[in-house]
Amino acid sequence: MNDPTQPNVGLFATCLVDLMRPQVGFAAVKLLEAAGCRVSVPEAQTCCGQPAYNSGDEPDSIAIAKQVIETFSEFDYIVVPSGSCGGMIKRHYPEMFEHDSGWLAKATALAAKTHELLSFLTDVRNYSPTGVSYAGRATYHDSCSSLREMQVKAQPRKLLGAVAGLTIAEGNEAETCCGFGGLFCVKYPDISESMVDAKIDDIVKTGADTLLAGDMGCLMNISGRLQRRGIAVRARHAAEVLAGMGDLPAIGEPAKGRD
Amino acid sequence: MQPTSPNFKANAKAALADRPLQAALGKLAQGFPMRRAEAAARLPEFERLRDQARDIKDHVLENLDRYLELYEAKVVEQGGQVHWCETAADARAAILRICRKAGAISVTKSKSMIGEEIAINDFLEQNGIEPVETDLGEYIIQLRREPPSHIIAPAIHLSLDQVADTFLEKHTDLDPNRAIREPRALLEEARTRLRGKFLGADVGLTGANMLIAETGSNVLVTNEGNADLTYGLPKVHIVIASLEKIVPTLEDATTILRVLARSATGQDMSVYTTFCTGPKRPQDLDGPEEYHVVLLDNGRTKMIGSEFHEMLRCIRCGACLNHCPIYKSVGGHAYGWVYSGPMGAVLIPNLIGMETAGHLPNASTLCGKCESVCPMRIPLPRMLRRWRQRQFAAGRGGFVAKTALGLWAGLVTRPKLYRFLMGLGVAALGQLGSKGKFKWLPLAGGWTQVRDLAAPAGDTFVAQYHKGPRGDQSGDLIRKGWRP
Amino acid sequence: MSDARAQILDRIRGGLGRKAGDPTNPAIDRIQTHGKNLIPDRGKLPQDQQVALFIREAERVAATTAKIPHFDNVPTAVGDYLRRHNLPAEVKIAPTERLTALAWQAITVAGGRGEASDGVSVSLAFGGVAETGTLVMASSPESPNTLNFLPMDHIVVISAADIVGDYETVWDRFRERARRAGTEVMPRTVNLITGPSRTADIEQTLQLGAHGPQRLHIVIVDEPPA
Repeated sequence: MNDPTQPNVGLFATCLVDLMRPQVGFAAVKLLEAAGCRVSVPEAQTCCGQPAYNSGDEPDSIAIAKQVIETFSEFDYIVVPSGSCGGMIKRHYPEMFEHDSGWLAKATALAAKTHELLSFLTDVRNYSPTGVSYAGRATYHDSCSSLREMQVKAQPRKLLGAVAGLTIAEGNEAETCCGFGGLFCVKYPDISESMVDAKIDDIVKTGADTLLAGDMGCLMNISGRLQRRGIAVRARHAAEVLAGMGDLPAIGEPAKGRD
Repeated sequence: MQPTSPNFKANAKAALADRPLQAALGKLAQGFPMRRAEAAARLPEFERLRDQARDIKDHVLENLDRYLELYEAKVVEQGGQVHWCETAADARAAILRICRKAGAISVTKSKSMIGEEIAINDFLEQNGIEPVETDLGEYIIQLRREPPSHIIAPAIHLSLDQVADTFLEKHTDLDPNRAIREPRALLEEARTRLRGKFLGADVGLTGANMLIAETGSNVLVTNEGNADLTYGLPKVHIVIASLEKIVPTLEDATTILRVLARSATGQDMSVYTTFCTGPKRPQDLDGPEEYHVVLLDNGRTKMIGSEFHEMLRCIRCGACLNHCPIYKSVGGHAYGWVYSGPMGAVLIPNLIGMETAGHLPNASTLCGKCESVCPMRIPLPRMLRRWRQRQFAAGRGGFVAKTALGLWAGLVTRPKLYRFLMGLGVAALGQLGSKGKFKWLPLAGGWTQVRDLAAPAGDTFVAQYHKGPRGDQSGDLIRKGWRP
Repeated sequence: MSDARAQILDRIRGGLGRKAGDPTNPAIDRIQTHGKNLIPDRGKLPQDQQVALFIREAERVAATTAKIPHFDNVPTAVGDYLRRHNLPAEVKIAPTERLTALAWQAITVAGGRGEASDGVSVSLAFGGVAETGTLVMASSPESPNTLNFLPMDHIVVISAADIVGDYETVWDRFRERARRAGTEVMPRTVNLITGPSRTADIEQTLQLGAHGPQRLHIVIVDEPPA
C-alpha cells in the first residue's frame, strides 16, 4: 500500500461529476490507479467555487477556495476530471489571493500540483490505455478552460488514439465555446442556444455518433441540446471511454433496466 | 448616442432573429479568424511581437503624463496645436470652435471611434455644418443613421441589397432605375459622390491609430485611402484622439503596426499607413494650413492605475470581436453603444457607467478566445470578471442570484451538510427524471428552455465511492473489476 | 495652457501614484535612444534578396512591378504601362527635376500636385520596405502627396538601392537626412503604401480602388547604388 513510487493523488471529482455523473469519478479512479497512482477521494470535497467566482462573489469564492486548499494540500497531486474546475484552482485561486501573501503561498503551492485528468495521465504519468475498445466515430470538443487555461489539446487525442475501434473526426469548431459558461446559459438562454446550436451543427458535420469531451459542463449543455433537437449523438466524458465504461448509458440516456 | 445597453437582452433576441445579420456574422466569423491565423503563421516572430507591443504600451501608460507633455511640445514646435479635452462635450466644443474660425460649412471625416464616442456628426449638423463620413462602411451607416456595428468594419451587419436600397433612397438626384445591385456599382457610386465631398470640404477630421511622442506625428491606418483625402485636401486638419494613443518612438509605432493589421484583417500591412506631422510647410504644393489635435480624456485617466488600467493598451484592431462567439451571435448593435465585443464589454462600463452597461460584462462565457488573440495581450476575461465583482459588491447581482449564491456557498463550505443534502436531492431527482433526463424542472427554466437536463444517477459519486454498493470501498472494488 | 491640461495630467499622476516634477524621466531617454525592437528575420535579408522579396510582397497585395536598368528608361516604362492599360498618353508627374528633365517623347507630362482631373500620376519613392512590399512616400515641394491618392493609376519609381529590409532602416534614413539638413526628422506627410486602395465594406467582398488608386505600378530602377 505504501509504495514510494506511487504518488498520492487527491481526486477532486467536481460537483457536476459528484452529483450528475458519478461514473466519471469511478472512471477517473480506475485510470489513475492503472497509471500507478494511489487515489484518495476526500469526503470533505464539494465545489471549486467557480459559480461564485464568475458571478463576482469574491467573499464566497475565497471562503470556498480556502476550504479546497485545506482539503487537498496534503496530496502529491490534485487531479480534476475537468479543465474548468482544474483551471479554477490552477489559474484563479492564486489570482484571488493576490493581496493575501499567506494564502497566496498556499494557493500557489496547490496550483502547482493541480492537473486536469487527461493531461495528467499523459504528461505526468506517461499512461496509455491498453485493451480498451469503443466501436464508434467520435468528435472531441475542446472545452475553453481545458484548452486555454490548462493547455489540453493533444493529450486526450493521444489517449483516445489507443482505443481500439474508435475513430476521431475533428470538427472545424472543436475549439469554439459551446455556450455553457456556467450561469451564462441560464442568464442569456437565447445567445447560449445560438452558440450550442452552432456547436451541434459542427458536430453533425463530422458524421460522429459520439461526442467526447473532458468537461461535464459542456457535455451536459451539448447533450441536453442534442436530445432536445432529437439528434442521435451520444455524449460521454472521455475518461469513461478510456476506462472501458463506454458501454454504460450515455449522458441523459436512461439507466439500463430502468425506463 | 443614447445607449441601448440596458436593453441588451432584447437587442440580442432581435439580432438572433435577423436573417441578413446572421448571414453577415457567419461570414465574418469564417473570414477574419482564418486570415488572422494565416498572417500570424506567415510571421514566426508574431507572438514575440505581441509581447513587445504589450510592453511598449505598458511603459507608455506608466509614463503617460511625460509622453503627453513631450508629444505636445513636438506638435507645437512644428506649428500644430493641441486641445486638451476632459469630456466629450469639451471635445465637441473645441472642434466647433476650429470649424467656425475656418468658416467651415462642410467637414469630411475619416473613420474614428472617438468621433463616434463624442457623437460629433450630430453635433456638427445641429450647428449647421455638414459632416461627411468617407470610409465606405461609415458612409453607408451615416446615410442610414445607424451606429457602427464593428470597430473596423462598421457596416458589416448589412447585406448588399440593404446597401443598394439605402443608396436608391438617399441618392435621389440619380436615376431611380439604375442598376446598382452589385458591389462594384455601389462602390463606383459612393466613390464618385464622395470625391465631390472631398474636394469641397473646408475641414478634414480624422482619428489617429497612434500619436508619436518623438516626432509629434499622428498615424492613420486605412485601406481605402479616404483618410488621406480627408486630411490632404481641406485647409484645416483636425485629429481627434484619446490620450492613451501615445507611443514613444517611430520604432515603437512600427512594432505595433506589425501586429495591428495582422490581428485586424489578416493583412501584413494595411494599404495606407500615414504619418502626419504638422501643417503645410513652406513651398509645399498641398497639405492643410492648420493642424489641430483634439486630445480627449473622457474617463480614461480614471482607468489609470485602476483594475482596468490594462484596457488602455487596446489598439482597436477588432480581433476580439472577430473571434468572440457572443459577438458572432448578436453582432455589434446589441451592445447598445459605440464599442462592442469583449473590448466593448470592458470599456463601455468604464465610459458610460456600470448602471447603464451592466449586462455587457455578464454576457460572456469567459471562454478566453479574445485574450488568446489580443495583440496587446489584454486579460479581457479577467476584466469582465472584475466588473462582475464590482456589481456584486454593489449589490447589483440581483437579489435572487445573490441569495442563491450565498446559500450555495454556505452549503459547499459545510461539507457534511452538503453531503447530506446533496444525497437527498440527487436521489429525489434521480427518481423524478424519466428516461434519464428532464425536459422541464422548476427553477431551471433558463436551462430547460433550450435543452434537456440529464437526471442524476442515484447517489453522489463521493457517497458511492465511500459506501460502495455493499458498503465496501469502491476503490477496492474497482481494482477487482467492479463497474457502476 | 488650459485648466483641462493640468487636470488631466494631475489625474494621471494621481493614478500612477506619482507627484509632478519628478526629475527622472525615462520618456526622454527612450525617445533619445529610439532603440529598435524585434525586427522579423524576413526584414533582415541581404540586399540582393530584399529586392526580390519586395517584388514578391508587393505583387501579393495586387501591385504590379517592372524593372528597368536606368533612370532614363522611366518614360519607356510609363509608356508601356499606359499602352497595356489602354490609357491616354498623359501623366501628372511629381515636380522634381529628376522626372521633369527626362525625355518623355510622346507622353504629355505636367508637373505639380495631384488634381481631381489627373488620370495617371508618376512619383518617386523615398524608399521601399521588402518585409511587406511597402513603398515609403515622403511629402515635399517636389513630392506633393496628393499625387498618391487622387489619380486612378499611380506609378511609383524607386531605385533598387532604396529598397531596404525593414521600416526601421527607413526611419534611420529620415533621421540621417534631417541631421545633415538640420530639419525635422519627419516630412509633413509620410505615406507607407502597400498595394492599391481597397475596401471590403460591402458584404466583405474585396474590391480595389475604393478612394485611392485602383492600380499601383512600381518601376524599380536597377542601378547600382551611387
